Amino acid sequence: MPRIDAALREIGALDALAAQDTPVHRLDPRVKLLATAGFVLAVASSPLREFAELAPLALFPVAMLAAGRVPFRLVGRSLLLASPFAVMVGVFNPLFDREVVAHWGPLAVTGGWLSFLSILARFALTAGAALTLLATTGYVGVGSGLGRLGAPRALVTQFLLLYRYIFVLADEGARAVRAHALRSASGRPATVRVWGSLAGHLLLRAHDRGLRVHAAMLSRGFDGSMPALRPLRWGRADSVFLAACLAFFALARFGHLAENLGRLAVGGAP
Amino acid sequence: MSHHIVEARNLEFAYPDGTAALRGASFRIEHGESVGLVGANGAGKSTLLLHLNGCLLPAGGEVRIGDVPVTRATLAQVRRSVGFVFQDPNDQLFMPTVGEDVAFGPANMQLPGEEVERRVRESLTAVGAEHLRARPPYRLSGGEKRAAAIAGVLAMSPDVLVMDEPSSGLDPRSRRRLIGLLAGFRHTKIVAAHDLDMIRELCPRTIVLHEGRVAADGPTAGMLGDRELLERCGL
Repeated sequence: MPRIDAALREIGALDALAAQDTPVHRLDPRVKLLATAGFVLAVASSPLREFAELAPLALFPVAMLAAGRVPFRLVGRSLLLASPFAVMVGVFNPLFDREVVAHWGPLAVTGGWLSFLSILARFALTAGAALTLLATTGYVGVGSGLGRLGAPRALVTQFLLLYRYIFVLADEGARAVRAHALRSASGRPATVRVWGSLAGHLLLRAHDRGLRVHAAMLSRGFDGSMPALRPLRWGRADSVFLAACLAFFALARFGHLAENLGRLAVGGAP
Repeated sequence: MSHHIVEARNLEFAYPDGTAALRGASFRIEHGESVGLVGANGAGKSTLLLHLNGCLLPAGGEVRIGDVPVTRATLAQVRRSVGFVFQDPNDQLFMPTVGEDVAFGPANMQLPGEEVERRVRESLTAVGAEHLRARPPYRLSGGEKRAAAIAGVLAMSPDVLVMDEPSSGLDPRSRRRLIGLLAGFRHTKIVAAHDLDMIRELCPRTIVLHEGRVAADGPTAGMLGDRELLERCGL
């Protein structure tokens, strides 16, 4: 539970950064959403073993973080919290694929290690870009951007309510765990049975709260869609930014940017 | 046409599991009255309140707000004139910031932007919470949450204010401030509470609920001094 607690605090801290005023923050949320989606697509679609191709793409989140004055450490910490998932996905690759495909100095690199590293790098890039989007746009900005881009109403409403109530739910969960700890003097960890009952109670309480929140929303005239509270403006700067981003991603993905830059650096013709 | 009158006639309601919560409750509350609703746990207070703005519809009998019966067809109209302050402000503050939460009602009423803005400002001022406007609800204290929730209801400029346990979970100073605030409102008020001292201060009239029926209805002073009645109704 403390782990979830910490993760939520990080999200809260990231969201607080969204209140800053920088050129990145001033961009229309829709533009940042589309650019981030393009970025994720470029990263995810690049070939598994072409590790170096990812390097130029890293420029996007790094530049956004720097221009948006978001501390790298904060994003790094959030990435670490989520990293076990990515590690689990790729951790067996080095065991299965032992064919040596490259030599880095004295180091013989197998295909398995390369793809494992590649998975980690992709995770860091895509999740980092998503966190950057959150830190420069804010949860509500992302939500209203999604709504205006035509995402289903129910999805957008859920997205916004999730952000509001995840803190309440985590609080209730933390209290239940504490109550359990106080009455289990043996110090032995809770059994599956206890956890099941605990989770069940949380679920029931969340369901009850959902009904009450819905009643409160209806009482104030809710008709199925959240009112648009923050006006969005798509200006010329937004279009230029989006076009530049997408062009860069295309170049990095299809133009073998890393390879060509490397050749340039060592003085060879591209 | 006045929307300030609240009338219940022989209200009956049972929850889907068969628990009968209301068994023929009747009363009439006039324009500008301030009425306390008391009763033991499970007496039907919350169920009754939820009928007043149509969150629940009665199985028998009817509720009228002014000349309008509360039915599925009149819900929008009824909810505009009856403002409901829920027991747990966490249930009511569902928007990302206090300002947006207060704007939720007026925005749903399709009011123009500057009118929404004016109402948000005025309601927050009325509860002394202007400084909370940009804050997310999960970073507020209990008293601040309560104030914000009330502002959200005031912004719809209701005729009738219905409140479920408004003083629960408040420290003594926040409670005093809340009572002062509510005493200043000129709306028709219906306040359900276990806090009998607050009822005594705010409401000249009290309705006692017992097992889904109105056990007593009259001036607060006499009723809260009637030990036998309070004892019988579990108070």
